[in-house]
Amino acid sequence: MRIEVNGETAYCYTNSRDIEADKPTVVFIHGSGMDHTVWTLASRHFARHGNNVVSVDLPGHGRSSGSPLATVEEMASWVIAVLDVLDISNAALVGHSLGSLIALECAASHSERVRAVALVGTTSPMPVSDAILNAAEADDHAAFDMLTQWGFSKRHQFGGNRNSGIWMIGNTLRLYERSGPGVLFHDMRACNEYASGTDQASKVACPALLILGAEDRLTPVRSTRALQEAIPSPVVEVLPGAGHTIMVEAPNAMLDALHKVL
Amino acid sequence: MAGPDYPGLDTLALHAGAQPDPATGARATPIYQSASFCFPDSDYAASLFNIERAGHVYSRLSNPTNAVLEERIAALEGGVGAIATASGQAALHLAIITLMGAGSHIVASAALYGGSHNLLAYTLPRFGIETTFVDPRDPQAFANAIQDNTRLVFGETLGNPSLDVLNIPAIAEVAHAAGLPLMVDSTTTTPYLIKPFELGADIIQHSATKFLSGHGIVIGGLLVDSGQFDWEASGKFPTLSEPYEGFHNLIFTEEFGPAAMIQRARKEGLRDFGACMAPTSAFHILQGIETLSVRMNRHVDNTRTITSFLLEQEQVTRVGYPELEGHPDQALAKELLPNGCGAVFSFDLAGGREAGIAFVDALSVFSHLANIGDAKSLVIHPASTTHHRMDAEALAAGGIGEGTIRLSIGLEDPKDLIADLKQGLRAAGKAAGGSR
Repeated sequence: MRIEVNGETAYCYTNSRDIEADKPTVVFIHGSGMDHTVWTLASRHFARHGNNVVSVDLPGHGRSSGSPLATVEEMASWVIAVLDVLDISNAALVGHSLGSLIALECAASHSERVRAVALVGTTSPMPVSDAILNAAEADDHAAFDMLTQWGFSKRHQFGGNRNSGIWMIGNTLRLYERSGPGVLFHDMRACNEYASGTDQASKVACPALLILGAEDRLTPVRSTRALQEAIPSPVVEVLPGAGHTIMVEAPNAMLDALHKVL
Repeated sequence: MAGPDYPGLDTLALHAGAQPDPATGARATPIYQSASFCFPDSDYAASLFNIERAGHVYSRLSNPTNAVLEERIAALEGGVGAIATASGQAALHLAIITLMGAGSHIVASAALYGGSHNLLAYTLPRFGIETTFVDPRDPQAFANAIQDNTRLVFGETLGNPSLDVLNIPAIAEVAHAAGLPLMVDSTTTTPYLIKPFELGADIIQHSATKFLSGHGIVIGGLLVDSGQFDWEASGKFPTLSEPYEGFHNLIFTEEFGPAAMIQRARKEGLRDFGACMAPTSAFHILQGIETLSVRMNRHVDNTRTITSFLLEQEQVTRVGYPELEGHPDQALAKELLPNGCGAVFSFDLAGGREAGIAFVDALSVFSHLANIGDAKSLVIHPASTTHHRMDAEALAAGGIGEGTIRLSIGLEDPKDLIADLKQGLRAAGKAAGGSR
């Protein structure tokens, strides 16, 4: 569905269903340069299991209009604004990579609106290399290539997708290529500059889940220690064989993990 | 700035899509010869049917062996996904029925494989899909033939049998300007010789029976989606951009983004028409692809040797290989096909039909049969076999004459192929009344 948020069109995938007041809501937030389609399997699953699902396209991404927002805090405020427009009092938030930082910020700054949070392929701080930032700023395809290559575990460079017939490297590249000029740079810079994540993590009051890829090369498991220690009593699931693109590399294991807090 | 290197074509040909078998550790991709796959519980079953989990239900829809092949060809072509089909014809049909219905129209090259021509010219019109055939060398002819109801532009990378080199960049531009995808049949070229997606094509069809499998032992097809065409922006493809009642009003572009076309093809066309590939066939094709570049190199080298030989023969009035001087597409071939123009070509014999028949009958190393892309060398007389349904005018439009011979050059020692061809030429000369 399309709604108006802050004067721009915001697209939310809802599995073609209306939002029902008596149902719990799960909000899915994609990562840098991506859109809602990375959550298709999970969205469909939670929709069938009695939830409202709202899988957003962040401003300037996918089907949402406007310019990409500059900071994780602004993106978090935008997600809360989406909930306001949809008249949803609280929701479980599932975010991947940049989306996980947005979910974290929502859970910390708007705790009354977040009943559970699942951070997928996450870490904090989330520094981005100069090579990626520079390439993204120049709208150089190399930025897509770096994120695609390093976004999958080494074993998945050769595929092995359980989702039949889909070459996940190619599909991820196409998604990046569909993003507008400058979008990836805005997203990467927002990740890089979000310095308060660990502090904010200590304010998380709802059930929190971290889903990590054992072979993640962009946000390695070892980098998540500070985040794990900051969040009060997180559930941590490390998925063997998965890299950073967990929704694609380990869709079934991710779904099973999500059920631990959703 | 250069990004990190992706695995190269040879590495992908050996590894893409495959992981050591999780159940047994088998290094080769196992043949999962099973019609169905067990569900751990009812909710898991429901989640598979509702596209919530990745996995297999029934081998008409997907199969673990086929899935490896599908990923492999998608990786080699640089696409988002692929579907393995019962044959190359099934792949062509699957693409068409995914993109259009009755009342639609296709613009296609006139120089097509006979089977493709039959489907487009005679069979699909009964189902309300018409095709206009145009000169494959004339991008403007493609543009002129596009109608309001056109939904696809189609050609072969190398036209059959005269090897017209499809100007993919130019024809893709024509198609895209009209909001249409370009689909190419890359059977004779394979991803080793040309990468159509990098040149602007949107969909690729293969008969994997030919060079991909490479040994003449299997029938199979592959349909590959680049994920580059914007179906929504085109506005001409409601099967992809509007709710599909056959799957709870799923909108494929909304849920699958770049993979909308290939997902619809699987969820509808493969499901309903059922032209799936047998897992054993997928296994055989995978074995062939592992040696694709090694074989294609030798195929092309042998072809260059044979065409050079034929050019020197008085009885041969034309050799239609795009690398040769005088071929109308020589410059384009250099640009689009630097690694070679494949191993299938035709030549014309003096003496017409009688000479052609005598030539074919006299060969012993070349096998006389209706196929191409075998490791063994093959020969056929198109006018009396693969293209026998076409009238003289249609034959001429496809560059075929009464004395045209088509060869598919295999991997034998070239000296033995030349000796065999000499034998054929002697017989052809006698049949034509000559003294050779």
